[in-house]
Amino acid sequence: MKKIYKIEVDCANCAAKMEDAAKKIDGVKDAVVNFMTLKMKVEFEDGADTETVMDNVFKACRKIEPDCEIYYK
Amino acid sequence: MTKKQKKNLIRIIISSVLMIVLMFLPVTGWLRFALFMVPYLIIGYDILIKAGKGIINLQPFDECFLMALATAGALVIAVTGDGDYLEAIAVMLFYQIGEWFQSYAVGKSRRNISELMDIRPDYANVELNGNIEQVDPDEVETGTIIIVKPGEKIPIDGIVVEGRSTLNTSALTGESIPRDAAPGDEVISGCVNISGLLRIRTTKEFEESTASKILDLVENASSRKSRSEAFITRFARIYTPAVVFSALMVAILPPVFSMLFISSPANWSMWIYRALTFLVISCPCALVISVPLSFFAGIGGASRNGILVKGSNYLEQLSRTKIVVFDKTGTLTKGVFEVTQVCPEGIEKKELLRLTAAAEHYSTHPIAHSLRKAVGNDMYIEAPDSVDEIIGCGIIAKIGEDMVAAGNSRLMDKCGIEYKSNESAGTVIYTAKNNKYLGSIVISDAIRPTSSDAIAELKKSGIRKTVMLTGDSLSAAKQISQKLGIDEMYSELLPGDKVEEVERLLSEKRKGEILAFAGDGINDAPVLSRADIGIAMGAMGSDAAIEASDIVLMDDDPIKISKAIAISRKCVRIVNENIWFSIGIKVICLVLGALGLANMWAAIFADVGVMVLAVLNSVRALIVKQPKKAK
Repeated sequence: MKKIYKIEVDCANCAAKMEDAAKKIDGVKDAVVNFMTLKMKVEFEDGADTETVMDNVFKACRKIEPDCEIYYK
Repeated sequence: MTKKQKKNLIRIIISSVLMIVLMFLPVTGWLRFALFMVPYLIIGYDILIKAGKGIINLQPFDECFLMALATAGALVIAVTGDGDYLEAIAVMLFYQIGEWFQSYAVGKSRRNISELMDIRPDYANVELNGNIEQVDPDEVETGTIIIVKPGEKIPIDGIVVEGRSTLNTSALTGESIPRDAAPGDEVISGCVNISGLLRIRTTKEFEESTASKILDLVENASSRKSRSEAFITRFARIYTPAVVFSALMVAILPPVFSMLFISSPANWSMWIYRALTFLVISCPCALVISVPLSFFAGIGGASRNGILVKGSNYLEQLSRTKIVVFDKTGTLTKGVFEVTQVCPEGIEKKELLRLTAAAEHYSTHPIAHSLRKAVGNDMYIEAPDSVDEIIGCGIIAKIGEDMVAAGNSRLMDKCGIEYKSNESAGTVIYTAKNNKYLGSIVISDAIRPTSSDAIAELKKSGIRKTVMLTGDSLSAAKQISQKLGIDEMYSELLPGDKVEEVERLLSEKRKGEILAFAGDGINDAPVLSRADIGIAMGAMGSDAAIEASDIVLMDDDPIKISKAIAISRKCVRIVNENIWFSIGIKVICLVLGALGLANMWAAIFADVGVMVLAVLNSVRALIVKQPKKAK
């Protein structure tokens, strides 16, 4: 399943770091962060609970980029 | 401006005013230090906090950490040495100005580009119990009747069931030629209804409609990264640690060297200062931001002109295109049969057309249709009293008292009529009345009015070879390729042969050259995906074309191909300018910094200044020169 979330992040470098961080989360098959459109596309693994996965993605992103925001709720 | 930008702007202004005032205050010692810390903390507190968090989270090599380290180092040197606090504050200040400018410029171009692509419909009007209600287009089921008022966007693809109007397709095609819509016509989402009220039965869901598909395509385009983008990401990954490491070397090696070997004083503060200068230059922002921004702007500028590029990588490849292969029918020609030549014998042109059209009156053959179209609406075409169709030859019709024969040369031979043979490419129809020859009409696939300009433009822009592939006969292919000035042509090809032909051309091309294939997307799908770059023409509403190709031309104007190439070249040139410019300036500053010729001021200018220039340069990719309109 794929979902697209609106995000907020200040620099392209940070967006790339968020992408890397999101990819490493369990339940995420693939993630693409588009800095220009401020969107994060997450492809979930089958059977993954999107809400909890996104909680973890958000936590991981906050860790590397304290300013960032993901609107997933 | 967003809230955050406003807040940061206020911080920038306050701290710069404070800094200037403090410069003239005659205080010394610790009071001076305390006073100077005020603007420093105002402008830099978030950087310091982020740097701290970065260390806690084991992500030390980010720019905040570098800035914090560099300015803190400068402060320590100022306290222990010359008392010049200005430098630390100024560096932080310029850094923040740069960040502010970057976020402003990126936000602005982001808005510009999304305005260009403003085809997303916000609502659909649906009739419910006699009332017109606005609903979310997502919720409209296929087959629902929606109402589109003048001035509104068509939200979902469908068929007009009631009402007549003209549609503005400029948001989709970049051309402002209006289209007519009448009951029975298919209309696509994203067009703006200009004049009348339309009732439309939807044939697709919102998600599957043209407007949604196009938006999806453009928004996802930047996730297919170009080689330059991949290079920059790799570069940024090694660049920052490398600079930090060399800063460490600069700080430690020379003093240790001079202590051990020349036994002169180590001069630690000088070398640490030079190392800090390194750190200021170490942020790769200019590159990391400007390269994707250039591609995004290039893709945005192209889509405004009705050219959809599916990814930055295709834009990059397109710029290196040297061979363009065309499909003939539907690409260089209109793909519709039209009367292209009328050769009357002792009769008016119009009369010959009218008579032939009358004989073909009951025929449903495309030829009959194009004859009727050529006669136009201003002349009456009478229906024949009786029609005798001679299979494979033509028609003999009784119109009033006259017997009219219209058909190919075999019909003329059969009836024993003497005729003048017409050798033109296309379908030739000979007409005779009461066994008297009246002339011939040629019906062929008409060349698009812009085709020959398109080929000329391509040649001018340095395309090495143009090739035409067609399933049509040799004579028709020859005539068209000569007329348009195409270098090579291959005729009488089956769809499978076209793939083979393209593969042969691919194997023959020189190293580094890119082969682009332009086709109409419907029956050329295998060739489109086989070529280095597939360009689908006239894709409005055709899903197959959008799927199979890399670049989609929304209207069917072949001149857009050279335009797309021009856009891609400009974009790639800007990207290269930015890469060389940013890396070049940074390397120069690093060398000057190590030699002690550039101080931290110069370093921050190199960093922020280069970024500002690079961002401004990127935005240029959005601007597409509008060439003179083809006649």
